[in-house]
Amino acid sequence: MKPTSHAFSDNARRALNDATLQQALAKAGVGFVDKRRAALSELPEFDALREAGRAIKDHTLANLDHYLLRFEQQLVTSGGQLHWADTPDEACAAVLDICRKAGARMVAKGKSMVGEEIAVNDALEAAGLEVVETDLGEYIIQVAHEPPSHIIAPAVHKTRAQIARLFEDLHHQPGLTRPLETVPQIVDEARQVLREKFLAADVGITGANFLIAETGSTVIVTNEGNGDLSATLPRVHIVLASIEKVVPNLEDASVLLRLLARSATGQEITSYTTFFTGPRRRADADGPEQFHVVLVDNGRSRMLGGAFHEMLRCIRCGACLNHCPVYSAVGGHAYGWVYPGPMGAVLTPLMVGLDEGRPLPNASTLCGRCEEVCPMSIPLPKLLRELRRQEFARGLHPPRSRWALAAWAFFARRPQLYRWATRLGTRLLNRLSGGRGRFRSLPFAQAWTTARDLPAPQGDTFMAQWQRRKQP
Amino acid sequence: MRAALFVTCLVDLFRPSVGFAAVRLLERLGAEVVVPPEQTCCGQPAYNNGDFENARAIARQVIAAFAGYDHVVVPSGSCAGMLVKHYPELFRDEPETLAAAQNLAARTRELSAFLAEHTGDRVADAHFAGKVAMHDSCSARRELGVHAAPRTLLDAVGAERIELKDAEVCCGFGGTFCVKYPDISTRMVSDKAAAVIASGADVLVSGDLGCLMNIAGRLKRMGSPVRIYHLAELLAGMTDAPDIGTGDKT
Amino acid sequence: MSDSRAAILGRILQALGHAARADAPDVLQRVNGHARGPQPQWAEADRERFLAKLAKAAGTHATIASHAGIVHAVTDYLAAQYLPQRVCVAPHPLLADIVWPEGWQVESRRARGDDRIGFAVAFCGIAETGSLMLLSGPESPTSLNFLPDDFLCLLPEDRIVPRMEDAWALLRAERGSLPRATNIITGPSRTADVEQTIQLGAHGPRRLHVLLMESAAQA
Repeated sequence: MKPTSHAFSDNARRALNDATLQQALAKAGVGFVDKRRAALSELPEFDALREAGRAIKDHTLANLDHYLLRFEQQLVTSGGQLHWADTPDEACAAVLDICRKAGARMVAKGKSMVGEEIAVNDALEAAGLEVVETDLGEYIIQVAHEPPSHIIAPAVHKTRAQIARLFEDLHHQPGLTRPLETVPQIVDEARQVLREKFLAADVGITGANFLIAETGSTVIVTNEGNGDLSATLPRVHIVLASIEKVVPNLEDASVLLRLLARSATGQEITSYTTFFTGPRRRADADGPEQFHVVLVDNGRSRMLGGAFHEMLRCIRCGACLNHCPVYSAVGGHAYGWVYPGPMGAVLTPLMVGLDEGRPLPNASTLCGRCEEVCPMSIPLPKLLRELRRQEFARGLHPPRSRWALAAWAFFARRPQLYRWATRLGTRLLNRLSGGRGRFRSLPFAQAWTTARDLPAPQGDTFMAQWQRRKQP
Repeated sequence: MRAALFVTCLVDLFRPSVGFAAVRLLERLGAEVVVPPEQTCCGQPAYNNGDFENARAIARQVIAAFAGYDHVVVPSGSCAGMLVKHYPELFRDEPETLAAAQNLAARTRELSAFLAEHTGDRVADAHFAGKVAMHDSCSARRELGVHAAPRTLLDAVGAERIELKDAEVCCGFGGTFCVKYPDISTRMVSDKAAAVIASGADVLVSGDLGCLMNIAGRLKRMGSPVRIYHLAELLAGMTDAPDIGTGDKT
Repeated sequence: MSDSRAAILGRILQALGHAARADAPDVLQRVNGHARGPQPQWAEADRERFLAKLAKAAGTHATIASHAGIVHAVTDYLAAQYLPQRVCVAPHPLLADIVWPEGWQVESRRARGDDRIGFAVAFCGIAETGSLMLLSGPESPTSLNFLPDDFLCLLPEDRIVPRMEDAWALLRAERGSLPRATNIITGPSRTADVEQTIQLGAHGPRRLHVLLMESAAQA
């Protein structure tokens, strides 16, 4: 997917003026926030779990090499195969190679954000394979030819009416229409269409929420059951996972699972939590003959030990998106790439480059709500500020804001001069306001005054008045 | 007791009455209020725009200007948060300045937190009858954990206190954010203004002038009669003067 | 690909400043220590907790006194749901000797796309979340857990453990290692992908019905 993060401002403006999108976002935001709050209120141990979860991730990252090698060893012992991929291209090549060797024509895919990150669908389709997304949300956006707008609810930007129309156009021959209006009808429609795909697919691809070093297992967390069908029915199962997903053992995964579901959907646990360990065993009645894990780096090892190390704790729950006032206002597509919201504003510049992703770290008030709700206590505002520091150091700011900042700093560093200049400025502005106390518009402050009045200075500065009070 | 007032640039430039309200409240406590003349701004505009060099230079200036006072009081959660949380972060790798920054951080309090700490509920002889909604700035609420203090103080002056819907959501000011992303900021402040109007409050207060100028600007544009003051002004009994965004001639 | 392996591990080593080994003693100790994190607590008995959480997840249940009650419970369920008497049953020892009523179509095999009713046996139940744990194997084909519209699952009451960690301990003690698929199933399949409205039966079972067996003794 070609990123459009550089055009965030335009994307955001379009999103704000899209009435249908705004309707969908309004509905989604409140639901996620309320459900999470309710789930947390029922678990007094949540804060202790949060501490423990963070410690697990910190420990694993500090010994990442060990745990990856242990995972590899155990995976191979259980009959699985591991493919290390440094870049998205290498990861796609590995997937394609497995599909080719298996003589595959159709791929059933479960939801995978790493899959989005490496654009595996594009690569498979370019090679002539049919790829079907089986998570309902992912299926909706696949047939709409859109990227996901949320990391756990990919079609959260679509209304029921839009989805119904999409399915009608796609599935229905004239005269053969089934009723498509209610949510059950829409879900049933997808169930029928996708059931055939599961049964016909040669290869199933899923993501991984965790990798277990102890057992060489990969874990997925779903509600629909599509991931399990994708992993059970086809001949070959490929897991796309990134290197930071590994945890030491099953007990560690249990801690993180308690945090993940509550933070994501407000559930105590999702309908299906599945641990895959190798391909089908000799006496098994079902399951894939081959089990592959494609282990993707894509810049993560470069984050290790550096300024963005803490971002590697992220478990992709989406809580930071759901609680972000900017995300809630503009939705995920405005961010212009795979990962939106606060976590996306950190990851996107790191993965597609700061030149492309420059606006994202700036499009935040640093209100800190993301850090507050993050189950891994990732200091997202600090990381966004660090990206701004790098941006400033590289001179990527637009010249006008650079000059304004430099001029302001010049005065702020010289108190005497600052006193004089601010007195002049405030008195001038006060006079201009003509005693009305505010401006409806000001030539150099249109960004402010388009939708708000600008309160005018009361008169002289505090410092000047204080001086007079002290020395009458 | 000597308390040094960090006026903050917005109060200095736009609403000096907040500074005088703070002085009045502190003097009522029996404090001798000092206003160190070498202060300008806390450096947040530089810091949040990634210009850490200028942010450090300004921080050094503040650290020097406020050295030696028992208490440093700031009528803003945002600027207090900068001194308390971010100065030490800025000098993480400079041990000598770090010690001074940590020392300043330990002495610094947001105004309402300071007042609540030192007076309990005997805040003032002021009395305010009316429905008051309190808006917490994100920095007061999340960086400093200041939430109960302003409410204790409002209760003490007899205000009928109202909580806003979605109180924990940012108002969309965000320093330079509001002019860099005006469309998003407008949407956020519109939601906040709507919550204020829906609350039925007569008066909106907050401990942060940045939020207040933003919300007041929107409320005034919408023609709302809600009056907007800094918490310090209300506590100091200064609500007879024109509110934020209102002049002598309006 | 091995170049990638070297490159990735090389960068990790550089960042962490130590040598990579799969069998470093402290790592092995950590992995095999199985230390538990904070354990959620509750007041009620595990059985009550299990049933309450199962119901919260939209699962249903019937209690049977013993193995002899299975047929009756399944008959009741099929009647209540107006389902055909055609059941795909896991080749599990606990389900092997059941004498099904005359005229029923009962097959012991993996599931196919058009099976309406699947019936399997849980390895254990987890009280904390009202979950069932099923282990893939010759006696428990995974497809049965996901393809049929109605999933029936037998759970002996003495197989309810308090938490997921207890299930892992039981699994290690009884099986030694993990099977191909370890399914922790909590209620029927669901989706909220259309306007955040929860709808049951997305791709997996529309209904989940647990037969809670009070006595493990087999007839």
